[in-house]
Amino acid sequence: MRGVVAALPGAALLCAGLALGPGLARAETPADCRVAESQLENSFALPRVEKAIADKRLDVLIVGAGSSQLPGAKGTVQAYPARLQNALSEKLPGVAVKVTTDVKSGRTARDMLPGLKAAVAAAKPALVVWQTGTVDALRIVEPEDFSAALVKGVNAAKDAGSDVVLMNMQYSPRTESLIALGNYAESMRWVALQFEIPLFDRFHVMKLWNELGTFDLYSDTKKMDTAERVHDCIGRLLADLIIGAAQPGGAVPPIEVK
Amino acid sequence: MKEAPIQAAALTAERDLRLDLFRGLALWLIFLDHIPSNIVNWITLRNYGFSDATEIFVFISGYTAAFVYGRAMRERGFVVATARVLKRTWQIYVAHIFLFAIYLAEISYVAQSFDNPLYGEEMGILDFLKQPDVTIMQALLLKFKPVNMDVLPLYIVLLGFFPPMLWLLLRNASLALAVSGALYALMWMFGWNFPAYPDGSWVFNPLAWQLLFVLGAWCALGGVQRLARFISSPVTIALAAVYLVACFAVVMTWYFPRLAFLVPRAVADVIYPIDKTGLDVLRILHFLSLAVIAVNLVPFGWRGIKSPVFRPAIVCGQHSLEIFCLGVFLSFAAHFVLTEISSRIPVQVLCSLAGILLMVAAAELLSWYKNLDRKGPRPPVQADLAGGEI
Repeated sequence: MRGVVAALPGAALLCAGLALGPGLARAETPADCRVAESQLENSFALPRVEKAIADKRLDVLIVGAGSSQLPGAKGTVQAYPARLQNALSEKLPGVAVKVTTDVKSGRTARDMLPGLKAAVAAAKPALVVWQTGTVDALRIVEPEDFSAALVKGVNAAKDAGSDVVLMNMQYSPRTESLIALGNYAESMRWVALQFEIPLFDRFHVMKLWNELGTFDLYSDTKKMDTAERVHDCIGRLLADLIIGAAQPGGAVPPIEVK
Repeated sequence: MKEAPIQAAALTAERDLRLDLFRGLALWLIFLDHIPSNIVNWITLRNYGFSDATEIFVFISGYTAAFVYGRAMRERGFVVATARVLKRTWQIYVAHIFLFAIYLAEISYVAQSFDNPLYGEEMGILDFLKQPDVTIMQALLLKFKPVNMDVLPLYIVLLGFFPPMLWLLLRNASLALAVSGALYALMWMFGWNFPAYPDGSWVFNPLAWQLLFVLGAWCALGGVQRLARFISSPVTIALAAVYLVACFAVVMTWYFPRLAFLVPRAVADVIYPIDKTGLDVLRILHFLSLAVIAVNLVPFGWRGIKSPVFRPAIVCGQHSLEIFCLGVFLSFAAHFVLTEISSRIPVQVLCSLAGILLMVAAAELLSWYKNLDRKGPRPPVQADLAGGEI
């Protein structure tokens, strides 16, 4: 049905997070980034982040692979982790936001485990954003091993007292018929559901952008402008999701999940 | 397909067209499912229940294999039947390698024309091209199987190991089914699977999927008659319908998180994950429920099946290997059109329809050739010496 939803932009062109409670200062997300509300529907709360915002200090750790970075000298500033820090700081005035990263390309979920474990134990961030799945799909890692690695990583973060958001793969029209993401995306959705943690559905957000013509994700340009805007939007939408899920009383929009 | 024309002719009278019909439909669905980001995908089975076209394909393949080679084994003995099965296996292997060549062409094209800073990671798929010595060798060994190329290797293994199973099925069908079930159970207990390259194991675990193949074979060799009363019993039909509705509800919660309340946690813990690799029992039940409903809706000998409406699907089902391969190729081509030219919804619909039309046209052409071979004068002996088929 997602395709159908995407085909009706008029019906659902709502900025994710419009339902935020009044009184919360927030910068408007640029029109570029807007996606159907349902794309970022999230039923799960981030209590540890909520507390961190109340305490005016929010530490976020991003663990990821190649699609959490951009090449080039300015890549670090333009990639979504830095954009997330900007967006969170804008939207949470008075809160000291610090985003640290553990990002290296070519890593499977299992490859990221040691670094993730060490980092959460040492820094005890309020939130871990774990971007993974692409390399596992590329290398056709056993789906069970992938799920097991996800479970281990989420457990490690939870044990250290951190909240977790999972981020799935990018939508890449050129390689879509070459890389089978299906199983791995399913596993991520399933693990997120099992642990009752939010999943940032990057794949469907980017797919929607491509369908609406927001971004041309097919072009083989070496220029950085589209890539930079895409990462900026991802940072902003991720910030919306985090702030929405950290509202007192839980997730936005509120959905009963028994 | 090419098994002894004389026998094939004798068989046509009793050939169950429903098998061809449903296999043809399954081939269309597999084609549609293999085109990524295609709106027409939404009509395919997998969106409305646990099982998909793969189950139909494997089950019917088992059924027809037993039907054709079972007769050969009864009449001509184990060795002749085995030889025929292995010949067919070889044909499928060659077809698979042909598809792999097409895949190589596609991936090489992408490698030539793709350079986007956003997708540095995804470019990793092209690393396979950097060491063709390893990749191609692993593909020949059926260990390296690119995306959407998992069905034929499964079929190769299932068919390759079929002769002893067929032998047992003909001696003691129930025992054969029990052996198959035991293998399935052991696979689940010990996590057995075939190794794959570069990592992991087969997407369709042959040790699991053999159960459906053997079940199909068992049905072909008298199982259906034994189950006839059970299949047409109102209780069975009702249970099947209820299960299908329940599966539909569960699947809807995947697409609409708001419906998550439909699957209580306790139930979710039991049923998830619904494993395709190991052919989850819930998938088998879903397929069997579908089959029960289908068999009751379309009873054996139903005259309507000869109507021209069903002809396109039936003719595709009658040339399943060729049409399957063509479908994989066409899904690559359709994806190429959708990404290179336009991905608008009318184009998606057009590509899907054109693909199915081409599959039907190719199947009609194959039938025409087959008729020529059958009706035409016998080829001179020299043709045989030159490698022609008898």
